[in-house]
Amino acid sequence: MRYLLRRLGFYVITAWAALTINFFLPRLMPGSPVQAALDKLHGTVSPGVVKALAAQFGINTKASMLSQYGHFWSQMAHGDLGISTSQYPTRVTTIIGHALPWTIALVGVASIISFALGTLLGILIAWRRGSRLEALLPVTTFLSAVPYFWLGLIFVSVFGVTLHWLPISGGYSSDLHVGFSWGFARSALSHGAMPAVTIVLASVAGWMVGMRNMMVTTLGEDYVMVAQAKGLSTRRVAFTYAARNAILPNLAGFALQLGFVVAGSLLTEIVFSYPGIGLSLLQAVQENDYPLMQGVFLVITVVVLLANFVADLLYVALDPRTRQEA
Amino acid sequence: MTATEVTTPALRATGLTQHYPIRGAGGKKVVHAVDDVSLELWPGQVTAVVGESGSGKSTLARILARLVAPTAGQLWLDGAEVPLSTRRGSRGYRSTVQLILQDPFSSLNPVHTVGYHLARPLRIHRMAERSATDKAVAALLERVKLTPPSQYAGKLPHELSGGQLQRVAIARCLAVQPRVLLADEPVSMLDVSIRLGVLNLLEEICQEERLAVLYVTHDLASARYLATSIMVMYAGQVVESGPALDVVDRPAHPYTQLLLSAAADPERTGPAVLTTRGGAPPSLIDPPTGCRFHLRCPHAMAVCSTDAPPSVDVGGGQHAACWLHAESGTRAGSALPGARPPPQAS
Amino acid sequence: MSALGVEGWPTPATERPVVLEARGLSVDYAGHEGAVRAVHDVDLVLRRGEVLGLAGESGSGKSTLAYAMTRLLRAPGLISGGQVTFHDGRPPEEGGVGSVSLLDAEPDQLRRLRWSEIAIVFQSALHALNPVISIEAQLTDVLAAHHRGATRSERAERAADLLALVGINRDRLRSYPHELSGGMRQRVMIAMALALDPQVVIMDEPTTALDVVTQREILDEITSLRDRLDFSVLFITHDLSLLIELADSIAVMYGGRIVEQGAAKEIYDSPRHPYTVGLVSSFPSMHGARRRLSGIPGSPPDLRNPPPGCAFHPRCPFSDEQCRSQQPALVPVPRLGPETGPGRLAACWHQQEAGVTDELAGVKGGPRR
Repeated sequence: MRYLLRRLGFYVITAWAALTINFFLPRLMPGSPVQAALDKLHGTVSPGVVKALAAQFGINTKASMLSQYGHFWSQMAHGDLGISTSQYPTRVTTIIGHALPWTIALVGVASIISFALGTLLGILIAWRRGSRLEALLPVTTFLSAVPYFWLGLIFVSVFGVTLHWLPISGGYSSDLHVGFSWGFARSALSHGAMPAVTIVLASVAGWMVGMRNMMVTTLGEDYVMVAQAKGLSTRRVAFTYAARNAILPNLAGFALQLGFVVAGSLLTEIVFSYPGIGLSLLQAVQENDYPLMQGVFLVITVVVLLANFVADLLYVALDPRTRQEA
Repeated sequence: MTATEVTTPALRATGLTQHYPIRGAGGKKVVHAVDDVSLELWPGQVTAVVGESGSGKSTLARILARLVAPTAGQLWLDGAEVPLSTRRGSRGYRSTVQLILQDPFSSLNPVHTVGYHLARPLRIHRMAERSATDKAVAALLERVKLTPPSQYAGKLPHELSGGQLQRVAIARCLAVQPRVLLADEPVSMLDVSIRLGVLNLLEEICQEERLAVLYVTHDLASARYLATSIMVMYAGQVVESGPALDVVDRPAHPYTQLLLSAAADPERTGPAVLTTRGGAPPSLIDPPTGCRFHLRCPHAMAVCSTDAPPSVDVGGGQHAACWLHAESGTRAGSALPGARPPPQAS
Repeated sequence: MSALGVEGWPTPATERPVVLEARGLSVDYAGHEGAVRAVHDVDLVLRRGEVLGLAGESGSGKSTLAYAMTRLLRAPGLISGGQVTFHDGRPPEEGGVGSVSLLDAEPDQLRRLRWSEIAIVFQSALHALNPVISIEAQLTDVLAAHHRGATRSERAERAADLLALVGINRDRLRSYPHELSGGMRQRVMIAMALALDPQVVIMDEPTTALDVVTQREILDEITSLRDRLDFSVLFITHDLSLLIELADSIAVMYGGRIVEQGAAKEIYDSPRHPYTVGLVSSFPSMHGARRRLSGIPGSPPDLRNPPPGCAFHPRCPFSDEQCRSQQPALVPVPRLGPETGPGRLAACWHQQEAGVTDELAGVKGGPRR
């Protein structure tokens, strides 16, 4: 318990540091690009809003840095991330609120499938060393070595443009409304299939090789030999004694990976024009939408830290040695 | 030169204490790794420190090598006090006091040849000119009986056996012409058949170079074989010390008697009977009051659980920290129940 | 083929029946530069209720032999020849399976025999116990695998009884291995080995990693459990001095072969092979005047490049041309006196000389040259 509290304290401090950097970064950028971006808004946006945005980034303000910093935290506490300049007058929180579920559903599910599949294959390959399953290793490694946006483009051209099997862009058909209906679900699934397969293909080799290597190491441990000598069933030896121990480092890696789900989806979402966080970030960068950028960075930071904490929880749950009070 | 001409020990230590603070305990709790240990290492003599794991014997060797600074205690090298709190002068000290570690397989860098390992200390301590280095390396290899030297100097560590590696480690110590050799379990990882060769080599070097040798071991039989005197440690403290043969043949402290009753002894007639009330070595964070052995001691009395026993001279330079001897005030070693009678020559 | 003809097999030291035997067993390790032979044509017989000590240095093949006999050898290890037979001591009506060739047994039959008849205690209990599973789960899963009828609570009860058998309180059942001391962990391993009341327990250096007092406690435990439960022990160790007190008979291995075998006391009192002579005179005495001992010169053989002839000849004070070219067979030692009992075997061209008392004294005092 004390271990977890210590970790939690660490994450709180990290979150504070990340947000503080987020606060200072636009204020310290040379040449004041934020100012330039705001200048372009004159005419399209009401002067009051420009003034508010200027205040958010510390431009043309007489308030001291400290009071700005205090204001920043009070905004954070109210969940106020400002107003997007590119999609004026939508609030940043609204944009992120719309984009985040898409990313989490697509990349989250794809990552879990990839992890489960890779881990299972890794266990099998290690257990049946020298069998034909080992042929999977070079094939999947090759797939993971291909840049995955390239893989995505090939998919789009073959299955989308040439064969017309699957839609090539978006998260659902534009003639449907977001909601709980069969039509929408089918549409969302068919739109998500190609990007999801791309992500799985690109990342499964990593989990597979990692699990296989850990498994091979674990199979060399005395306790696995003891389990065999005990006459336990093959399944119990392979899973309870070998895989359970081998999966520990991989699980921690997976939880960390979940943290990058949001950030790492950028290219996939661009290739498939998928309406997630990555696409929002791309748009924000293209349009110099600083409030949106700041909001996306904040979300990424929080998700990474949360995932780290989940990794710690998993470790404590699975490895009794971490529960020892030293 | 005879031993009687030597009037100062090569290395003398008093009150050495090592307490490691425990993380997260607010600095209030400490591990009593070593408590108030004093010793003298004399040129041409082997002093053995015998104890189980956790007795503090290896920590003691590391303090003496100045790898760790003790919590308290004083140290004299050839009669001159060594400042233990600072690192000042530690290089000169390290070339005078050399440490040999237990694992010969990890104490040598696997990518360098034997010759390189021996030439390096020679150069660092400017013991030999570059041109003379090869000759000095060959002499060192001959000194540790790795002959012919030309066959060994070019070899890499993995090409040698454990015994040969430990000889190289000894040669590396000798390269800087030390006065004191601290050997921490130097043979416990070696095969039985080659242990004696390394022990004999240590003894020869001790005699011929007039080195003061500290032999740290868990094995009473090898301590009896090699050492002039023996110190027995238990839970961070010295419980018995004295001439090697006396300590093993007439152990005065119940813990030494327990160690002897547990040791493998092919000459023993009848089954081995442990002289103990059971139990295991105590926690070093919260050691028992009084004598730290009293919970396991078959002779424990009321006083043993309340007051730490004084070190009592039981005669012939043999000392035991035990109330049994303090009470009688006479040499009680062989009269103790459980003590071995003087053995018959076999 | 075994170096020893069947008709040449000596009368057994005891009339106890054989429970586990290896005949002509050889084990190779596949390597980059061809196969390395770790165990050479070994015959070994374990009798009911006896403690057979297998002594040897690192690389002597003693552990490889034990793992080969239980078919637990891992790649790149490969059994390249020989037979291992388990002779069930129970009558068929009590579930006895008669004699089973372990090397030919089907995986299912092997799995049933494992642990229920042949259990193993490893050197490091810390590594032999799964660090992330509780002691109880590791004790009960072996019960569940072999006695499918028992209920969960019956198994838990049996696990507690097993801990009590080796002197550990039942409240330790829920502990994880890292929460126990080294001695306790090894006791748990012994309890686990005895869980199914096996006929054979193989112990691979079970006390080497322990302190001397704990080691003695564990050895006492093993001896008293053996007396009560009457299982046979194959005790593997590098420490011959330990075996002399513990074992009924001893086999000494060197360079992948058994070089000498006999009753424990005889091995100590009148060793016949020069290597055993050297070993016996390698442990300093606890008694009497200090005598300088020589140990054995040189280093153990490199299995990748073994010496021709007798593997011990480069370190042997008696070696001659014959030793350098021809491998001596493990043959019965001629009875030279009352100290040589039946069942004494040695593999030395000079075993007569090596064993003769005055020669022995010469070697014990130091090598002749």
